[in-house]
Amino acid sequence: MSRQLTKRIYHPTVARLTRRGLLGRRRAAVLFALPALLLLIAAAIRLLTGPDDETATNVLGGFALATMVPLIGVIAGTGAMGPEIDDGSVVYLLAKPVPRPTIVLTKLIVATGVTVAFSAVPTLLAGLLLNGNSQRIAVAYAVAATAASVAYSALFLLLGTVTRHAVVAGLVYALVWESLFGSLIPGARTLSVQQWALSLAERIGAPGAISSDVGLPLGVGLLAAVTVVAAWYAGERLRKLTLAGEE
Amino acid sequence: MTEIRIDRVSRWFGNVVAVNDVSMAIGPGVTGLLGPNGAGKSTLINMMGGFLAPSSGTVTLDSTTIWGNQEIYRHIGIVPEREAMYDFLTGLEFVRANAELHGLPASAARRALATVEMEYAQDRRISTYSKGMRQRVKMASALVHDPSVLLLDEPFNGMDPRQRMQLMDLLRQMGSEGRTVLFSSHILEEVEQLAAHIEVVVAGRHAASGDFRRIRRLMTDRPHRYLVRSSDDRALAAALIADPSTAGIEVDVAEGALRVQAVDFGRFTALLPAVARAHGIRLLTVSPSDESLESVFSYLVAA
Repeated sequence: MSRQLTKRIYHPTVARLTRRGLLGRRRAAVLFALPALLLLIAAAIRLLTGPDDETATNVLGGFALATMVPLIGVIAGTGAMGPEIDDGSVVYLLAKPVPRPTIVLTKLIVATGVTVAFSAVPTLLAGLLLNGNSQRIAVAYAVAATAASVAYSALFLLLGTVTRHAVVAGLVYALVWESLFGSLIPGARTLSVQQWALSLAERIGAPGAISSDVGLPLGVGLLAAVTVVAAWYAGERLRKLTLAGEE
Repeated sequence: MTEIRIDRVSRWFGNVVAVNDVSMAIGPGVTGLLGPNGAGKSTLINMMGGFLAPSSGTVTLDSTTIWGNQEIYRHIGIVPEREAMYDFLTGLEFVRANAELHGLPASAARRALATVEMEYAQDRRISTYSKGMRQRVKMASALVHDPSVLLLDEPFNGMDPRQRMQLMDLLRQMGSEGRTVLFSSHILEEVEQLAAHIEVVVAGRHAASGDFRRIRRLMTDRPHRYLVRSSDDRALAAALIADPSTAGIEVDVAEGALRVQAVDFGRFTALLPAVARAHGIRLLTVSPSDESLESVFSYLVAA
């Protein structure tokens, strides 16, 4: 990629400010706590029951992909831009000769990177701990977690530009929609980032090891569509962002 | 790039009109944007800074439209009113990030910090700064690219007198270097000390424009009302009404006081103690009864 193009989608200074803002806040504790919990559970299960493919699928699918990835996505996605807009400090980014889409794309890249680092990587490690990648379950879930990280980051980044209550709204989506409705109402599953990502895992894992409610082309297509549309719309929100002042 | 022109600009939020058909041109030197709280000063500054689109009319910098044009930030520096900045950074890290966003090296950040005399605290976190220090670091972030236009929203809010003087000196210097410096304030004395040129906005309308002396005179020449209590109200009333600087006096029996309306502010303030002394009357209370900014400004609008 040419340097000029790289500069259009990624501004290192915006990235540094975003990263420090994300990891420097108190919320960042969740970023460390959840993966630590996953690894602890994986290690405990392995020690107590030994390697087992079904248990691995249950832990990675039921906790890692269904709960941890969306929660990390909420923290990273909403934290990448929402707080700056809420407290007004985003002015210092906007009052610069930097295209606003560049700001949004950079923040999306950082949010995705943080989500992958704190959810997909621990998912892979937990999978290796649980059954040593038997039936390629660890890799399958890690890839699914990575794909979901991208979509969640874009979705929750957008949420942070739309509402001051982005964290709450994100948590409601992640916990109620993805975890609760997804397990109760079959129809909700086809409209779930988690299921779309699972379509990738289904393909990668050994036949029959992992199952998804949506097919691979549809799952990947929807993941890509949600990411692109959310990123574009977040850019629009920022382009038209007005600071009404205190009056 | 030095002149900001606001041409027949209105801005409304829903049914509320914040700025109503305002036209003004801000050129080099220091200009004060004066008006009571809620008059539309921030709305105007936000439109000049490209953070708010005018509902109608145009805001331009040397005939380039400001709204939606991030290239104008090569020429404009902005000092926002809000406190929030990247508190987890040190002052130097913050100003350096601002320099980098302009594509400038760290030396630009150091120079800007030196201009505002903040080098001594540049390695401390912003979260530990006092209000005045924050204000100066905000200034440094706005000066880092050596802009020809500087917009400051209520820059003196919460500053102590010494910090206020330092900032005034700095802004005067910027103005004398030929930069366009615009700051908003709701305090007449601040504006008067600093700005040769004043734009007054009241209730979203452009109320007055020009030299501060003229505006000061408009403000001081308006009728003033005083509440006066003395050892002999009626004798004092009789003596005061004889002088043309007094337009009317009411003896408020319930309050046990005089309500005096003075037309010539300067003359009346000299007259009152002189008259009291000549008649052996002791003044107990002299208080202006309509010194609120609102009344001062609304008089200006009517004038």
